[in-house]
Amino acid sequence: MKARRRLPLDNATEVNTSQLAYGPTEWDDYDVPPLTTGLSNEKMTMWAFLGSDCLLFAALISTYLLLRNRVGPDTDGSTAAELFDIPFTSVSSFVLLMSSLTMVLAVTSIGRGEIERCKMWLLTTATLGAVFIAGQVYEFTGFYREGLGFTTNISSSAFFTLTGFHGVHVSLGIIMLVTLWSLISRGNIGAERAETVEIIGLYWHFVDIVWIVIFAVVYLIP
Amino acid sequence: MNVITDSHVEGTVEHEDHGLSDLGYIKIALLLAVLTAIEVLTYFVDFGVLEVPSLLILMVVKFQIVISYFMHLKFDSKIFSYLFITGLVLAVVVFAAMATSLVFWTDPAGCDAGRFC
Repeated sequence: MKARRRLPLDNATEVNTSQLAYGPTEWDDYDVPPLTTGLSNEKMTMWAFLGSDCLLFAALISTYLLLRNRVGPDTDGSTAAELFDIPFTSVSSFVLLMSSLTMVLAVTSIGRGEIERCKMWLLTTATLGAVFIAGQVYEFTGFYREGLGFTTNISSSAFFTLTGFHGVHVSLGIIMLVTLWSLISRGNIGAERAETVEIIGLYWHFVDIVWIVIFAVVYLIP
Repeated sequence: MNVITDSHVEGTVEHEDHGLSDLGYIKIALLLAVLTAIEVLTYFVDFGVLEVPSLLILMVVKFQIVISYFMHLKFDSKIFSYLFITGLVLAVVVFAAMATSLVFWTDPAGCDAGRFC
């Protein structure tokens, strides 16, 4: 059985880029069975992953809510909630929210075959993500200076674990965006593989919706 | 741009209408920004008993808007929605299980619920 492979980039302009990800012509010359759902396996895998990642964050948020006011029998110090800087975190939230806009603009750009514009939006998205991470590092540093470290008490452990995991997700997203930008710049990914950008976009929007929940449940709800 | 017309894979047609225009997405982002501003307003203005419900409603609305429009679930195959909603429902179950510990298990084995035991 022949291995599945992509169409050469030279043929890219001959196909409808909005449909190639789901179209059959990519497989016609090979012995790969057609998809029974008519949907992209890669995209479905990403959605399944995102669904499972919901469980991870539900567990982390639940743990934080359970322990948010508990400092433990032999420890003291503040809880994270006592040190929140809501105006600062609001700006960070806004930055991450706007990065979702730039990500979706990158997806629509490559769908239209506008490679340069897509690259610009990808870099903008990665930059906004980096600004968010810088804000999180600044916030964590401020907490540490106030005496709230990861092991200070059970509340701080739950808080840093939750927000830290989200930060790792954003950081991985930035790495994916920069890698994608690099691949597009080198011509390895063109308009015919717009779905690749869309799948990375799904991941990026997911970290945004997770932050929407964290910002409301952890930071704003008293 | 040519269009693939000869398709033996079912379900291809539904992907032709795939999202909004750029202007549409910018309008969605502005709406999200306004909703976020209202959320932040609850920190500075006392909403009384409405504070928590309004924050939860705003959170759900923002969540719904992002997955529907930015993540294209509104325009994409329902199978993707089912996959994601399955995870989401399980996540809510985890949440609910945690909530029972706040209501029913506040004093396990004589432990002071206000402290970690």
